[in-house]
Amino acid sequence: MLRLIRRRYLYFALSALIIVPGLVAMGISTARYGTPVRLSIDFTSGSYVEVEFERPVQAGEVRRVFLEQGLEVASVQLSAGDRIAIVRSQVMDAARKDRVIAALGKELGPVRERRFDSVGPSISRVVTRNALYAVLAAAVVILGFITFAFRKVPHPFRYGLCAIIAMVHDILVTVGLFSLAGLLLGWEADTLFLSALLTVIGFSVQDTIVVYDRIRENTPRMRGLPFEQVVDHSLTQTLHRSLATQLNAMFIMVAILLFGGATIKQFILVMFVGLASGTYSSLFNAVPLLVVWENRDIPRFFARLRGRA
Amino acid sequence: MQRRDWIYLWLILLLVGLSLWLNLAQPAIAFWRPVPAPPENATPDQIAEAQARARAIRSTALRLGLDLQGGMQVILEARGDASVVNPQNMETARNIISDRVNPMVGYEAVVQRQGERRLVVELPGVFDPQEALAAMQRTGFLEFVDTNGEILPEGMRITTTHGLSAEQVAAITGTRIYRTVLTGADLDSREIRADSDPTTQEPIVALGFNAEGTRIFAEWTSAHVNQPLAIVLDKKVISCPIVQEPITNGKASIRGEGIDRREAQRIATLLRYGALPVELEVVENRTVGPTLGQDSVNRSVIAGIIGLCTVLVFMTLYYRLPGVVASVALCIYTLLIFALYRLIPVTLTLPGIAGLLLSIGMAVDANILIFERMKEELRAGKSLRTGIEAGFDRAWTSIWDSNLSTLLTCAILYAFGSSLGASIVKGFAITLFFGVIVSMFSAITVTRTFLRLLYHTVGSWMERGSRLLLGVAVETR
Repeated sequence: MLRLIRRRYLYFALSALIIVPGLVAMGISTARYGTPVRLSIDFTSGSYVEVEFERPVQAGEVRRVFLEQGLEVASVQLSAGDRIAIVRSQVMDAARKDRVIAALGKELGPVRERRFDSVGPSISRVVTRNALYAVLAAAVVILGFITFAFRKVPHPFRYGLCAIIAMVHDILVTVGLFSLAGLLLGWEADTLFLSALLTVIGFSVQDTIVVYDRIRENTPRMRGLPFEQVVDHSLTQTLHRSLATQLNAMFIMVAILLFGGATIKQFILVMFVGLASGTYSSLFNAVPLLVVWENRDIPRFFARLRGRA
Repeated sequence: MQRRDWIYLWLILLLVGLSLWLNLAQPAIAFWRPVPAPPENATPDQIAEAQARARAIRSTALRLGLDLQGGMQVILEARGDASVVNPQNMETARNIISDRVNPMVGYEAVVQRQGERRLVVELPGVFDPQEALAAMQRTGFLEFVDTNGEILPEGMRITTTHGLSAEQVAAITGTRIYRTVLTGADLDSREIRADSDPTTQEPIVALGFNAEGTRIFAEWTSAHVNQPLAIVLDKKVISCPIVQEPITNGKASIRGEGIDRREAQRIATLLRYGALPVELEVVENRTVGPTLGQDSVNRSVIAGIIGLCTVLVFMTLYYRLPGVVASVALCIYTLLIFALYRLIPVTLTLPGIAGLLLSIGMAVDANILIFERMKEELRAGKSLRTGIEAGFDRAWTSIWDSNLSTLLTCAILYAFGSSLGASIVKGFAITLFFGVIVSMFSAITVTRTFLRLLYHTVGSWMERGSRLLLGVAVETR
C-alpha cells in the first residue's frame, strides 16, 4: 500500500499552483475583453471574413477597404505569407460582404473568398446562456447520481460533492490555461472549446467514480481500519488502471497533436490538459477531500489555531 | 462454455458479418420514418401519400457534417406575431424547408427548430448562397400561360407577365414574355391531388379552380379552342396541352411525359403546401470552406489510426493474451460503431470524431479495469477460471456507474445542444452516447465470450504459459 493520502495538502498546493495563474489570467482577460476567455464569434457577435489574395497585402490596406465600406474592423490577421487575411468585423449580411470583397478585389488585386461567418448578437447571448445552464444542469444531475449510486456507504452526499469539486477543479484548470493562451496566443473559445470542456467534465466524473467504486467495495471489508487507510488501499489498487487509461487516452491525443489537422489541434490540446487534470483531480483532489472531511481536518486546524492563541 | 456463451458467440459473429456488409457494400435500405398520421377523413390518396412519405429508400453512405465537408449554415427567422408564429406553423415550415433543401444535399438535411421563431438549416457540400436561398424561398408558384399558339417544350424556362407591371413588360427586350392567364392562387387547394386518369391510368395532378378561377378559365378556354395552354411551375413549363373544348366546370389536370406517380405527388404537394405558413427571413448565413475540412479530416483520420494502433500495441504488451483479445474487441467495436452511424444515420463532425475517440478510450478503460482486476485475483491465488470470471464481476460495478454518469452527461448535452446554435455539440453527444453503449458490449460481452472460448479450448496451455500469456503466474490444476 502506498501512503498517498498523507501528503494531501501537497496535492492541493500543486493544484493551486496551476489554478491561481489561470484565475489571474481570467481576471486580466475580463478586464481587457470583458470575459474570462476570449470569445470567438460563436459566442459574441460579429463577422469573420477570410480572403486569399494572389499577392501579399498589408493589414492596414485591408482595414482601410473595410472602413471605406463603412464597416468597423476589430482585427486583421495575415497568414500564408501575408496572402490570406482574416478580418473580424461587425455583423454584415451576404450582400454587404460581396460588396466589400469586390472592393478588396478592385483595390488590392484578385481575391478569393475562403470563409464567411456572421453571427447576430441575439444568437450569441442564447448560446452563452445555454452553455452555462448545460454545465450547471450536468453538475446537479451528477451530484444526484453519485449520491444515489453510493447510498450504501456512509455520507454518500460527500462523495457527490467532492466529485463536483474535482470537476470544478478541472474546469478551472482548463479554462484558466485557455484564458492564458487567449492572452498570449490569441486563442478564442468557440463551440469546439465548449465540447472539449464538456468532454473533460464527463471524463473527470467517470474517473472519480472508478476510484470511489473501490472505496465503496473496500469499506465493508476493511471495517476495522481507519478511513484514511481504506482510501490509501483503494487508491493503490486503482492506480495501475488510472495510469493505463490515461496513457491510452494520451496515445490517441498525442498522435492527433503530432499528425492531425490544424483545425482540431486546439481542441485536442484543451482535452489533453483537461483529461490530465481529470485524472489528477480524481486521485489527488476528490479522494483526499473525502479524508479531509472524514478526519475533520479543517475544524481541527482552527481548533489548534485557537489553542495556540 | 455454456449454452449462453455459444449464443453470444453466434450473435457477435452475426453482428460482425452484418456490419462488415453495411460498411463494405453500403447498401441502400428502406427505412420507415415517423410521419404524422393522416386525418380521419383522409382520402385514399392522402393515405397513400402519407405511406409513401413514411417509407423512404436511403443510402447508408457515411454522412459528413458541415465542418468536415464544408458548406453552408443558414438561420431563418419567422416574421409576425404569435398568431402566425406558433409551434404548428413552425413545424410545417420546417417540413417544407426540409423538403426543399434535401435534393441539394442528397439526403435529409439538418433543419432544426431553434427557440420559438428560428430554423437552423445546415447544408453540407453546398457553397452557393444564391442557390441555397433560392431553393428555400421557392414557393411552388403555378401559372397557366397563354402561349399565343406556340407549343412550348417541357422543361423550358420562360418569362411571364405575372408580377410585372405594364411598364416593366414594355422595358424588357430580347426575351419573349408570355401572358399569365391564371395562377395557383386561383386554385381551390382542397381540389388539388395526385391521381390517375380513369381511362389511361396515366398519373396526373387533378386541379380544381375556385369560383373566380372557374369563370376566367371557362372564358379563356372558350375563346382558345384548339390552341395550347402552357402549365408552368416556378417559371418552368411542365406541360403544354391543347384545349380540346371549353372547360366550364373548373376542373383541369396536369399530365405529361415527365410526370410519373412520384412526380405527380411532388407537384400536388408543392401546389398544396407550397406557400410557407410564415414569412422567413435570413438572419445568419455562414459559409465554411471545404479546404478547412478536407485537410483536417484526412490528417486527423490518419492520426487517429496511428493513435489507435499505439493503443493496441500497448494493450498487447501490457496485458498479453487478454490484451490481444481486447484489441480484437476494439476492432469489432470500430466496425459496429460505423455500421451504426450508417444506419441511424449519424452525421460525423469534428467534435463527433472526438467523441468517438473518447468512447474508444472508454472502451479500452473498461478492458483495463477488467484485466487489472483479473491480475489481482490471479495473484491472490485464484484459479484461471475463477480469476477470469471474478475480473469481470468485480469490475462491473465501476464500469456501469462510470458509464452511466457519462450517458447522463450525454443526455444533458444533447438536450442543450439543440439550442446551442449548432448541431456541433449535439453531434458530439450522439457519438459519445452510442460509443459508450457499444463499448460496453464490446469491452464486456465480446471480450468475455472470447476469453471463455480461449479458456475452453487452450485453457491448460494458458495456465502453463501464464507468466508469458497473462503476465501473472497461475497455479495449475
